[in-house]
Amino acid sequence: MTDSNRRPPAISRRDLLRTAGVAGAAALVPGAVAGVREETPATPSPAAAVEVQGRVGSSLPSETAPLVARPLTNLTARETEILSAMVDRLIPSDEMGPGALDAGVIRYIDRALSEAESDAADAYRSGLAALDTYSRYTRGGPFIDLSTIDQDSVLIDVQISAATGAGVGFVGGSGSFFNMVKSHTWQGMFGDPEYGGNVNFAGWDLLDYPGVRLVVSPEDQRRLEADQLEPVRRSAYDYPIFE
Amino acid sequence: MTTQLRETDVVIVGMGAAGGVAALPLAEAGLSVVGLEAGTWLDQRDFAPDEIRNNYRDWPMLVKKAEQERPTSRATSATTANQIGGHPMMNAVGGTTLHYWAQSWRLNPWDFRVVSETTERYGASRIPYGSTVEDWPFGYDELEPYYDRVEREIGISGQAGNVRGNINSRGNRFEGPRQSEFPMPALRWTAFHDRVADAARSLGWNPFPGPAAINSQAYQNRPGCGYHGFCNKGGCPINAKNATHITTIPRAVDTGNLKVVTRAHVTTLEVGSNGRVSGVNYVVGSNEYFQPARVVLIASYTYENVRLLLLSKSRAYPDGLSNNHGQVGRHYFSHHQGAGVGALFPYDLGAWYGLPAQGVAVDDWADDNFDHSDLDFIGGGNLWLMSDRRPISAANMSTYGQGRNWGSAWKRFIHEHSDRTHGSYIQKTTLPYEDNYLDLDPQVTDPLGLPVTRITGQYKDNERAIAAFMQDKMEEWYREAGAIEVSRGGLGNTMGASTHAYGGTRMGDNSETNVVDRWGFSHEAPNLGVLGASVMGTSGARNPTLTSQALSWRTAAHLVDSWRDIAE
Repeated sequence: MTDSNRRPPAISRRDLLRTAGVAGAAALVPGAVAGVREETPATPSPAAAVEVQGRVGSSLPSETAPLVARPLTNLTARETEILSAMVDRLIPSDEMGPGALDAGVIRYIDRALSEAESDAADAYRSGLAALDTYSRYTRGGPFIDLSTIDQDSVLIDVQISAATGAGVGFVGGSGSFFNMVKSHTWQGMFGDPEYGGNVNFAGWDLLDYPGVRLVVSPEDQRRLEADQLEPVRRSAYDYPIFE
Repeated sequence: MTTQLRETDVVIVGMGAAGGVAALPLAEAGLSVVGLEAGTWLDQRDFAPDEIRNNYRDWPMLVKKAEQERPTSRATSATTANQIGGHPMMNAVGGTTLHYWAQSWRLNPWDFRVVSETTERYGASRIPYGSTVEDWPFGYDELEPYYDRVEREIGISGQAGNVRGNINSRGNRFEGPRQSEFPMPALRWTAFHDRVADAARSLGWNPFPGPAAINSQAYQNRPGCGYHGFCNKGGCPINAKNATHITTIPRAVDTGNLKVVTRAHVTTLEVGSNGRVSGVNYVVGSNEYFQPARVVLIASYTYENVRLLLLSKSRAYPDGLSNNHGQVGRHYFSHHQGAGVGALFPYDLGAWYGLPAQGVAVDDWADDNFDHSDLDFIGGGNLWLMSDRRPISAANMSTYGQGRNWGSAWKRFIHEHSDRTHGSYIQKTTLPYEDNYLDLDPQVTDPLGLPVTRITGQYKDNERAIAAFMQDKMEEWYREAGAIEVSRGGLGNTMGASTHAYGGTRMGDNSETNVVDRWGFSHEAPNLGVLGASVMGTSGARNPTLTSQALSWRTAAHLVDSWRDIAE
């Protein structure tokens, strides 16, 4: 029998997190191109994918490009294009600052599909295809080629579960697909950078969240209330206790 | 092949909030105790402030027994129950005290005497139709010494409002008398707390800080709270949250009389030919064990306590252990904590660093603290305004009708408002009813093939009337504090699986309507005790954990005092 009055040795949380995501991490090839999974046949040219991101208004400066321009584990190139166009409308890059693409949301979602959200892989597959089908049926072209105004109107239909029709193929209604993608996008934008998103703390800056601290003194709280608290820019896992 | 283990004095099923407390007085009395826990030890190194893991994924649990046996639920027996949502509990040594909010209230004296007090003041006709509510077999005064003991053993911070009858308006003037002050002062307030407390006073109400199992200063060689903001479903990285895995359980282990067995998944209780419980069957991985014991205490949360009894069928108890009166699973209710009210303020609240247990309470509209003569309900609610904000949850805030919740316009909205939203927490009196109950689901099973618990439950007129009344009060408070928008949730319908799940093994003197006696021991199997909120017959308007812990200590102390009667 297990006598376990004694606590086990420390397990590094970072190790645990990385164990699940190791396949994705090991496959990273710096400088590779946007969203191309090597084994995926018939992918559009890398240039086209980058062009799409540029066209919909993402500023994607070259120095941050590698953050999205790495091979993904779960999403195909085509799925990546559609999902990128969608999350770029949910949280666009604009005068308020970086958007979901800049913050690494695609990488966050792709990694999540290998880890805690693996059950969602089919919903992404069918939902992204259905989004594209619905765009073709109702707006005359693939989602990524629509104007941003049309993309937004499609997404509104999807959000309110109105994206229906023969052959459109949202499983369980388009609203649940929208909510799933939005939920994961928000996690990738505003969650801890350990998971691949919130690059350069873009999400926390948007919220004016002053960052992860283990102890907040009364003086810190007063500074927060006076809008004078300097943000801490670190992942929780940068604190030695959790490494 | 089952391994027969050596007999122990007491086996406790579940080393969480209740079992983890009961172990200490038993071990200190020299009884040899085996604590069976489905989960493992975790410690502060596992408790990174990580919202994705804590609030959106499955936390660092290494064992997910509860998740594999999520109850099904339905509103009434006319429909089929569905297994929706996760299990509210987690598996680890310390149980859900590792990540709970740690609000640690005593019940109000009225909660122990709902039937008598209501009948005396308003007449028997005011007991809601169909309710099976009874007075507790004892009053607040009987439990007070155990509340006091547990508050000291675990470490509770708070501001007393009534010490031996002396009312202190900085605390809760409506609480029952305490024999002494809290062992620690209340958690600190921020400028927002001061502001809403002032607003409450200007309405003529009595605001006060709530009690928490969280250190407000160093206590028992552990530090005061760091207010880091990830306490809601998060463990404490500095050990300032007084979960049982760092308070009562290690002290019980240190006596040499408690052996904690982790990854022990209890399946059934065994009964001897004399109708007494003889021990507990459990599995660790693929290995099966039988742990004989003179006394068995089950402390595995309401859904699992009921399930274990119903699964343990024997010749003496053909419908489940201690169920020859058909009371196991009856008098169940999920605390009505829904029907929330939210608000938008025109100023930043400074709420990024705080915790759900840090806040301002108002009890003026709880229990029977106000005249119900002209109202259509009994009971009431506790209003609670806390600090609880994390980045992802903040970004998911309602836009209060100010446009879509995504896109460029939303980015401008969230940049301005991320620290300006607030959600109140309103716990309401909830009663047991004839047609709300727990049983075994006829279709859904866990991976071992054992049926999961089925919840049949619906909030009734009394609960919904309280909810509407409390929403009005909450809106009044928010407006007084300067809120520019206020939103309300629905009044409540189906009782789902809850972190506050009561009844199913109710405590009472009448064996026809209660499973356990006034000490927490079975009316039918005398060496079986039940720990946890499953013995509670009323909820009050506040969190159940401290009451369940005080009851656990009391049951354990009674077992020590009456060892020969119960064990032999």
